[in-house]
Amino acid sequence: MRLSLRLILLVLLCALPLSAGSAQDKAPKGPTSEDCLACHSDKTMSTKRGGRTVSLFVDGKKFDISVHGALGCTACHADLDGKDLPHDVPLKKVQCGSCHSDEQQQYAKSLHGKALARGDGLAPKCANCHGSHDIVPVKDLRSRVAPIKIPMMCGQCHREGTPVQTNREIGQHNIIENFSESIHGEALLRKGLVVAPSCISCHTAHSVLPHTDAASSISKKNIASTCTKCHADIELVHRRTIRGELWEKQANVLPSCPDCHQPHKIRNNLYSQGAADADCMHCHADPNLRAADGRKLSVHRDELVNSTHTKTACSQCHSEVNVSRARPCETITKKVDCSTCHEAQGQMYQRSVHGKLMASGDRNAPTCKDCHGTHGILKRNLPQSLTFPTNVPDLCARCHREGNKAAVRYTGVEHQIITRYQESIHGKGLLKSGLTVTATCTSCHTAHGELPASDPQSTVNPKNVPATCGVCHHGIQEQFVNSVHSASVTKTNHPLPVCSDCHTAHQISRADQDEFKLEIMSKCGRCHEEIAKTYFDTFHGKVSRLGYTNTAKCYDCHGAHDILKVTDPRSHLSRANVVQTCQKCHHDATRRFAGYLTHATHHDPKKYPFLFYTFWSMTLLLCGTFLVSWVHTLLWLPRAVQMRRELKAEQERERNGDTAREDEHDVQ
Amino acid sequence: MTSSKEIDTPVAEEHGGVAVAEAEQAIRTHTTPQPVRREFVRFTRYNRALHACMITSFITLALTGMSLKFSYTPWAATLSRSLGGFQTAGFIHRTAALLMFGTFIAHLMNLYRSRQRSGKTWTQFIFGPGTMVPMKDDLLEFIATMKWFINLGPRPRYGRWTYWEKFDYFAVFWGIVVIGSTGLTLWFPVFFTRFMPGWVINVATIIHSDEALLATGFIFTVHFFNTHLRPEKFPMDTSIFTGHVPLSELKRDKPREYESLLASGELEERLEAPQPPIVLKTIRAFAWLALSTGFSIVIWIIYAMVFAYR
Repeated sequence: MRLSLRLILLVLLCALPLSAGSAQDKAPKGPTSEDCLACHSDKTMSTKRGGRTVSLFVDGKKFDISVHGALGCTACHADLDGKDLPHDVPLKKVQCGSCHSDEQQQYAKSLHGKALARGDGLAPKCANCHGSHDIVPVKDLRSRVAPIKIPMMCGQCHREGTPVQTNREIGQHNIIENFSESIHGEALLRKGLVVAPSCISCHTAHSVLPHTDAASSISKKNIASTCTKCHADIELVHRRTIRGELWEKQANVLPSCPDCHQPHKIRNNLYSQGAADADCMHCHADPNLRAADGRKLSVHRDELVNSTHTKTACSQCHSEVNVSRARPCETITKKVDCSTCHEAQGQMYQRSVHGKLMASGDRNAPTCKDCHGTHGILKRNLPQSLTFPTNVPDLCARCHREGNKAAVRYTGVEHQIITRYQESIHGKGLLKSGLTVTATCTSCHTAHGELPASDPQSTVNPKNVPATCGVCHHGIQEQFVNSVHSASVTKTNHPLPVCSDCHTAHQISRADQDEFKLEIMSKCGRCHEEIAKTYFDTFHGKVSRLGYTNTAKCYDCHGAHDILKVTDPRSHLSRANVVQTCQKCHHDATRRFAGYLTHATHHDPKKYPFLFYTFWSMTLLLCGTFLVSWVHTLLWLPRAVQMRRELKAEQERERNGDTAREDEHDVQ
Repeated sequence: MTSSKEIDTPVAEEHGGVAVAEAEQAIRTHTTPQPVRREFVRFTRYNRALHACMITSFITLALTGMSLKFSYTPWAATLSRSLGGFQTAGFIHRTAALLMFGTFIAHLMNLYRSRQRSGKTWTQFIFGPGTMVPMKDDLLEFIATMKWFINLGPRPRYGRWTYWEKFDYFAVFWGIVVIGSTGLTLWFPVFFTRFMPGWVINVATIIHSDEALLATGFIFTVHFFNTHLRPEKFPMDTSIFTGHVPLSELKRDKPREYESLLASGELEERLEAPQPPIVLKTIRAFAWLALSTGFSIVIWIIYAMVFAYR
């Protein structure tokens, strides 16, 4: 209280010579402040303006201590000068520019001023920011435009949900929230550093312009100088990010500050402190540079220039460098960790079987560089890239080809995977037809998250296989998920078949080739044992057995991916559809024809009594006939042998005896 | 059938001087004087031709059919492939079936004409002497044969047709009707299911296949033994191909027929010169081929039924 009293006294003392001066220059003709306040000190005084009740009360005390307190009312309300009271209403608008002409001009050119000139009701006028009768100096913490209050002041219009923010084109959102969390906002609002920048530090107080305007303090051309008002020599710490000479020679190609440090969100320390590439290449350009253990340490400049990391500095990957050392790299203790930037990939890798092996210290475990290379990493859409689709099988084959380190330790059932893949429709599509959209190893196994099929998280786990294949074969997946083989349709503890059970994992033969068509029966038969066996008892099955494909196979009748229970009306074999299904091959097939038992067995008297009894009567007939006739034959045999012996003896006798008699015998 | 004339007349008469000289040479060098030797004609040319057709169609049907029945054996696939695929094999099967149907119809027509020529009524023709129908005598002969087999009596004096020959005949007769009718059902399933239920096709499959198994098994074991491979006739009896039986054999095997022929004086009419060597050679080659094919099929069936049956 004592402080404020003293302040008032001080202001009064300062104002005294001013008022005395003006009183001397111009003799007050019109009403004095006291005259005005005689009426306007009434708190209830008001008027109707545009249908709204507006208070006409002026706090005399506040006015007295304001920067304008020493000036009479008529200094601003100039049209009252020399008039009698009570005055006519309404009064003309106060023109701050009559004294503050510079500010007035800046304002007129600004976004706010132009909006006002357009007649935009939302445009702020002087009084909206500065107040009217109670304006105190900016350095006074009570000032509405004191630095610490600026964000709230601007926020009146520029916070979320205000008419300005919703109805006008404002490129930024959550401006006040972001600012308050930024390093600038934190310093100003939380740490109370009044020198910390507020809105007007960058946007200026009266010349607020959009960043697209070249004259704006935040235009691409000017932003650097705006920032460097505080951040002097900032380019020196950006040497690692932006090559030094560019600052001088080609400032126009440089990114501007907010390209990296987002406006309103500005955080410090995007990159840790490091050395510039040139410092590294000073030693590492030497082609003969080797480590103590013989590792090659030279880096070829061309490799770096063409790589996808050409804009990445050495020390961004080779972190832990210390620029204060003569050899900044001597403080490096860790290998390059790609996941610093490639975080998602790094996390996937750590969960993958590759990453787990790595974590367990396995020497065979592949790291990022084993697949991607080191300094010369190319984008994967470049044919020379190690991870370009057509190169992927060979890349994986480095370890997974039969006999190589991964294949040797593998204990599962998939063998010759590289050879089989290359012979598969996928392999041929990729490597022979050159279709880069064809599935490669990584299409199914993922690039970074490879897991064994036994892992429930694996993309090749039976549970996930339909979705994995469905990425490309979406139409098939749609059919499959509604079929009886889908886990969403059939609830069972038995393992349900997935794509790879019929099509195999790597060999994937073409479904329109004989090999596939002939193998399908034994594939279905792995689970449908009885039904497959009985199929082979019928004509269709027997012809298939002989190795011919132009006969009905499982999927010709049941469907391939859209298999449904026969009781389902949508099934190919439902009562409504079965005749049509038969007609695919037997064009004149009728409903009775469809009554042919395609899985008939003559071993089931309950299900198929006709067949059972037919079979057994035929078998009895066969056995009976054979028994009788073979016994007959066997009994005959000794007699016949005896007859033969006698006959031979007779012939012998005849030959030894009279040939003449023999002749006679024959003639007879 | 250019050789048909040669069968009717002795070789020496047919040929010119050179041939006669050759024949004389042959007489000098060979122990058996061929031109004068004559044999009994047991089968007509018509029946011999029918039998040849029967062999051809039967073996063809057996081979193509078994390749499907025993499709689970590796040989079946090989055979089916070598025949040009299952569709070609099926085509051959049906063609052979038509040949067999033709043979069957030709035989029935022959019976019809024979009856007309003989001037007998159907009853006389069917149940008269020389009939194929089993009669009371056949039962007696069968019992006598059984006794002979177990050394309890002499060998019966068989007549024109023995009981096992009659059995063979009717086995084929029955087989053609049963296998033929089921075969047609399988050939035209769409047609037959217009008035029969679908499972009839399944029943027809079983009957067709098992009856065929019976037929092949019977023909290639019992029939082969009875009429070709009996030790006293080993390696084979070619009379069904040549139509001829040496007189001594007729006397020994069919004494009753020999006597009745002698009594009626018909014997002399039915004596002919033997078939020329080239005809015999051809016949032997054909018969060997048929025999070995038959035996192969038997071995195959045994393998399939005993060792490979699922």
